[in-house]
Amino acid sequence: MIRHEFDYRRPGTLSEAIDLLVEYGDSARVLAGGTDLVAWLRDDAIAPDLLIDIKDVPGMDDLRLDGDTLVIGSLVTFSDIMGSDVVAEHAPLLAEMAGTVASGGIRNRATVVGNICSAVPSCDAGPVLLAYDTTVHLTGPGGDRSVDIDDWFVGLRTTARSDDEIVTHLTIDLREHAGAYLKLMRYAGEDLAQASVGIVAYPGNDYRVAFGAVAPTPIRSARIEAALHGNDVDGALIETVVGMVSDEISPITDIRASAEYRTRMTEVMLERGLGAVAGRLAGNGPAYGTRLV
Amino acid sequence: MELKIKINGEEWPLDVEPADTLLDVLREKVGIKSPKIGCERGDCGSCTVLLDGQSVRSCLILAVEAAGHEITTVEGISFDGISELQSIFLDHNSFQCGFCAPGIVLSAGELLAHNPHPTRHDVQEALAGNLCRCTGYEPIINAVLAAGEGGSE
Repeated sequence: MIRHEFDYRRPGTLSEAIDLLVEYGDSARVLAGGTDLVAWLRDDAIAPDLLIDIKDVPGMDDLRLDGDTLVIGSLVTFSDIMGSDVVAEHAPLLAEMAGTVASGGIRNRATVVGNICSAVPSCDAGPVLLAYDTTVHLTGPGGDRSVDIDDWFVGLRTTARSDDEIVTHLTIDLREHAGAYLKLMRYAGEDLAQASVGIVAYPGNDYRVAFGAVAPTPIRSARIEAALHGNDVDGALIETVVGMVSDEISPITDIRASAEYRTRMTEVMLERGLGAVAGRLAGNGPAYGTRLV
Repeated sequence: MELKIKINGEEWPLDVEPADTLLDVLREKVGIKSPKIGCERGDCGSCTVLLDGQSVRSCLILAVEAAGHEITTVEGISFDGISELQSIFLDHNSFQCGFCAPGIVLSAGELLAHNPHPTRHDVQEALAGNLCRCTGYEPIINAVLAAGEGGSE
């Protein structure tokens, strides 16, 4: 039961939705899948005057390849990602990540964009979208703008989105690549990440490395990426970059894991992840979706 | 707010508050009691219903969001007696207290609809979000595997 009272609107166009956001400002919340939002309402963690349900806004369920650019609309769910032929062929890393999110009943509803708008440190989409150099596209009263994912996560549950803006879609420029997403959980299925690692690598040993649940936001490591860049990823190099991990992350101790455990397991996941990605880039790595931790 | 939700094939005109969850409305206004109030945060799966054929957590959906959509509960698949899948669960003595059973019946049904011959791993994945505190899951998983083989063990 939700104790807090609020109004609910389901606008049929993006401009109507923006008008409502302009009118209500930070007392409105945008509702897509609702798997975070409704839980927060029940916990009295938020108390909006208005929910703006964007599920009737046309065009936001796009999941398609536009040239070499993957477009992920704001209503695309994790189940959509897992069931997409385009994703399976061109960006199977996204499906590997989506398969670790909670359970089928959540994935049928929870959206990728909602995941990075909620912006909890353990959000599964965060490290992978960081590693993909994703662009976040927003519309507000002043028109459209885009934000590099590197500038998206501002702080704990805070993003670069203004109160009067709606994220319409994400774009990822795809070229030949391999990747991996590793997620440490207390048990397989239905858990938040205790720590996670997202890696994307392009031919020529051009690596992107990101971490989740080990800092107030998902983060990228420029130092580790620079150390990997252009070099053959062998055992010695992996050992070197694994040695950098503890300086790059700032995990906390909480009910789900200790800081020490998160740090050590992030090292283990980076080691296994780099091995898997190097193999996948060479065409002989483990199949996408294989649990690496 | 006045709205209509199709529930188990029947159009229900309902008067709900925006803060009413689908779970609240199904149980308290419609009188359908198979979706259970468990964790109320999407973890346990006991409130699972089908929305347009997809399993969802009715505790994390507002009733207003379901307007114009079709909801199916265990009652809706049992009009003419229990379904074949339910009877296979019975044969395997899959449940003890039964609190998780409606959610598991619907989640397993969704799996079998998309993947008629699932592997043990497929079944474990599909039911990962439905917690059972009685059985240790084995008789549940074995029943779904048996259903996937056409009812034979």
